[in-house]
Amino acid sequence: MTSGAPPANVNAAGLTRDVYKGLPSTLCAGCGHNSITNHLIKALYEYGVEPHKLAKMSGIGCSSKTPAYFVERAHGFNGVHGRMPSLATGAKIANRELMVLGISGDGDTASIGLGQYCHMIRRNVDCTYIIEDNGCYGLTKGQFSATADRGSVLKKGQVNELETIDVCGLAIELGATFVARSFSGDGKQLIPLLQAAFSHRGTAVLDIISPCVTFNDHEGSTKSYAYVKEHHAILHTPDYIVGGREITVDYEPGTVKEVQFDDGSRILLRKLEIEYDPADRVGALTVLNQARDRGEFVTGLLYVDTQARDLCEREKLPKKPLAQLAEDDLRISREDWKSLMESFA
Amino acid sequence: MQVNDLTIRAATVNGSGSQSANLVLTNAIFRLGIPVAPKNVFPSNIEGLPTWFDVRVSPQGYQCRSSSIDMLIALNPATWHADVLAVKSGGAILYEETFAVTGATKRDDVTYYPVPFAKLAKENVADAALRKYLTNMIYVGALAELLGISEESIEAALRAQFRRKLKAVDTNMEAVRLGANYAREHLPKNDPYTLEAMPGHNDGLMLIEGNSAAALGCVMAGCTVAAWYPITPSSSLCESFIAYCDRYRVDKATGERKVAVLQAEDELAAIGMVFGATWAGARAMTSTSGPGLSLMAEFAGLGYYAELPGVIFDVQRAGPSTGLPTRTMQGDVAFAYTLSHGDTKHIVLLPATPIEAYEFGSQAFDLADRFQTPVFVLSDLDLGMNLWMTKPLPYPEQGFDRGKVLSAQELEAAGSWGRYRDVDSDGIAYRTLPGTEHANAGFFTRGSGHDETARYSEDPNVYRNNLDRLWRKFDTARSAVPEPIAEETGTACGLIAYGTTHHAIVEAREQLRAAGVETGYLRIRALPLNSDVLAFIERHERVYVVEQNRDGQLYGILRTELPASAIEKLRSIRHYNGVPIDASAIFEPLLESERTELVPA
Repeated sequence: MTSGAPPANVNAAGLTRDVYKGLPSTLCAGCGHNSITNHLIKALYEYGVEPHKLAKMSGIGCSSKTPAYFVERAHGFNGVHGRMPSLATGAKIANRELMVLGISGDGDTASIGLGQYCHMIRRNVDCTYIIEDNGCYGLTKGQFSATADRGSVLKKGQVNELETIDVCGLAIELGATFVARSFSGDGKQLIPLLQAAFSHRGTAVLDIISPCVTFNDHEGSTKSYAYVKEHHAILHTPDYIVGGREITVDYEPGTVKEVQFDDGSRILLRKLEIEYDPADRVGALTVLNQARDRGEFVTGLLYVDTQARDLCEREKLPKKPLAQLAEDDLRISREDWKSLMESFA
Repeated sequence: MQVNDLTIRAATVNGSGSQSANLVLTNAIFRLGIPVAPKNVFPSNIEGLPTWFDVRVSPQGYQCRSSSIDMLIALNPATWHADVLAVKSGGAILYEETFAVTGATKRDDVTYYPVPFAKLAKENVADAALRKYLTNMIYVGALAELLGISEESIEAALRAQFRRKLKAVDTNMEAVRLGANYAREHLPKNDPYTLEAMPGHNDGLMLIEGNSAAALGCVMAGCTVAAWYPITPSSSLCESFIAYCDRYRVDKATGERKVAVLQAEDELAAIGMVFGATWAGARAMTSTSGPGLSLMAEFAGLGYYAELPGVIFDVQRAGPSTGLPTRTMQGDVAFAYTLSHGDTKHIVLLPATPIEAYEFGSQAFDLADRFQTPVFVLSDLDLGMNLWMTKPLPYPEQGFDRGKVLSAQELEAAGSWGRYRDVDSDGIAYRTLPGTEHANAGFFTRGSGHDETARYSEDPNVYRNNLDRLWRKFDTARSAVPEPIAEETGTACGLIAYGTTHHAIVEAREQLRAAGVETGYLRIRALPLNSDVLAFIERHERVYVVEQNRDGQLYGILRTELPASAIEKLRSIRHYNGVPIDASAIFEPLLESERTELVPA
């Protein structure tokens, strides 16, 4: 090794990949969530996140346990069921320098937490919001969740007769500024999407289909590994390019859509069979609805708007985090206080 | 003659603009140096339902409500009958002359002052839109003439009310003169009431609502995040906070705001945002009332168990459920104290005055940081939404107490560190904030069982030790929260009260003294209970716990926490009809009880 050159096994933050690991997972062997955790470790390592600036937030459920399984050094907050968006909102507004990463599940997001999910999106809180989506409740032993598809069958034979809530379609309806869907088994697609989500300023929603091996991986389930692999319609192949870095791969002209984020980084979306424009909100909803009718999952960057203002910007917060302001910044001066008191007399 | 000692009641229709007239009247009397205590008894309604505004004037400066109505201004036909009957014998009634004085409303023990309010307004106010509002100023003028309130003090009050809107002052003043002239020409004085200026008496005093005072407490405590869901009677607390921040926290050059106020989708989200913000190191608050507090129960438990600071203002209203949204009650004390499931216990502050609303409103942030726990400030509608005479709110002389927060340097020096380790034997562990640049800074905050290093644990001993430490921390808080205030002279009979009940106690004790019953008095200002409470009870033979709820909630807490020897001395006096407690609600039952107790067996 030449002296002066950065060691090959560290990232831009000067840290090894081990720093991005967490405690051993206590989830079932083969759980899709474990794959997502591994992809997250890689994505965060490559992205060069400084652990002390990372705030890992979650609600309650299998998915919400996973923040303990990566970047152990970072602060984590496992809150209450369905209420992570409010905690994430408060944390971001208090310290805008934090990179807020929320991990939720389908029950946590689409049932008990649906209200907070909607309002976080409306506020465009700058955070990455991951839904580890298996269509069922694991910790309480396999009941349907609100993302279960109509007609999907539980292990013991019950059929879901309720319409599914499409958390991606809903997010787009609500004005979300970054919406993607992926599959826990497709790291090649998921990792660039995660990194793009980290770069996006605003709420970045990532719905990741993540099969539950114990309660929802059987014949008749539409969230089983077998079903998802068969009905997985990939919109495009994404590549994430760190800000300032040159593109080293040659793309055929007209085959790539490029989205640039505030931090200078880009995501390149390589076209597959269909023409897809992630800036087209109505088009995104149409594709989602058509896929649903066909019983398919479309994955990729469904919608992105890099121009919208996020919460901190809209609130005109100073660059210095609110959490770091002191008496002199915050108290009314003695002089102003005196005249204020006089105004009450 | 009855000088400076009466209660005036304006009975009007909600939405008719009488509020400004009543405030001008209050302010004009205050400007004469005469002590005032206004009480707004209003409906949960935008327009049309009856509303009452009582202005109490007393030489002693009593701030509690009086149930004895001396002068009635009657402008609401819907309540005319009941309003007339509420006036005390010898009182006076200034009323719209078209109201029928017949049957029960025709009394021979009161003076009637008929005024053609509607006609006067119609003939003299060209603008139909303004007519309704200015009718109210006509009664202010007529009343001023009858009671002897000078035109100058009315005009000064109008100027204070309308600030720079000079035209509004003139228009309103015309209506005031119209009323005054009418009274001078048509209403020969035939009642005993008069107001005489008390020059200098109110110098150095001001009028403020408890909610504004509490909002100023938040500003001076350095609260930077407020998350709220609108609810009566707490909305004006957050709205005042917004107004003060707009004035004092905005950089005029850049427009940057050193505060974030978020109107949440519900109270669950509001308190969630508070805990997210305090976890990340900001000072944060939410304000609510009973129904919102119910929704916050889940997060309150997380705040207690995961040890997150946070300030929750509960401006209490009459429950249960939706209850009476615009009426007052001390109905959330027991609920707030143990809000959430499991063995949850909270610090609860009980302000009685605007100064305490301000000081506790500020101190709550220090206590929340110091004890790393939610702190509840239980005000009520009476304190929060009525104007109170007070000395100016004092400028804080202390800096913020942010409690035990480890910086990167301190972490480095400390070596090993555990988020929930009781290093100082006071139950309070050290915390770190996200963003602290040190490899050991991070930990995992959770509402599930955890050990000293914040790792998940279901171990029976670990769980129990943690609960015991939390109790130890709560015990430490006893001597840190605002201490009770005692006034005692070795009497057998004692009184315990808290919050706004205090003001009725002050008057009731005078009445009791006049009736030959001397009392000691202890005002509790916070939970957990301080040892002074037991000592006070031990020094008395009988102690009456006075509060504004049906179930005697503080009485219940005392009975749970104090030894049997103290419990047997306790008696309970409760007031719960939604309007603020008055002295008679204490004087009468207490006197009766004392007479029974003192009858030899």
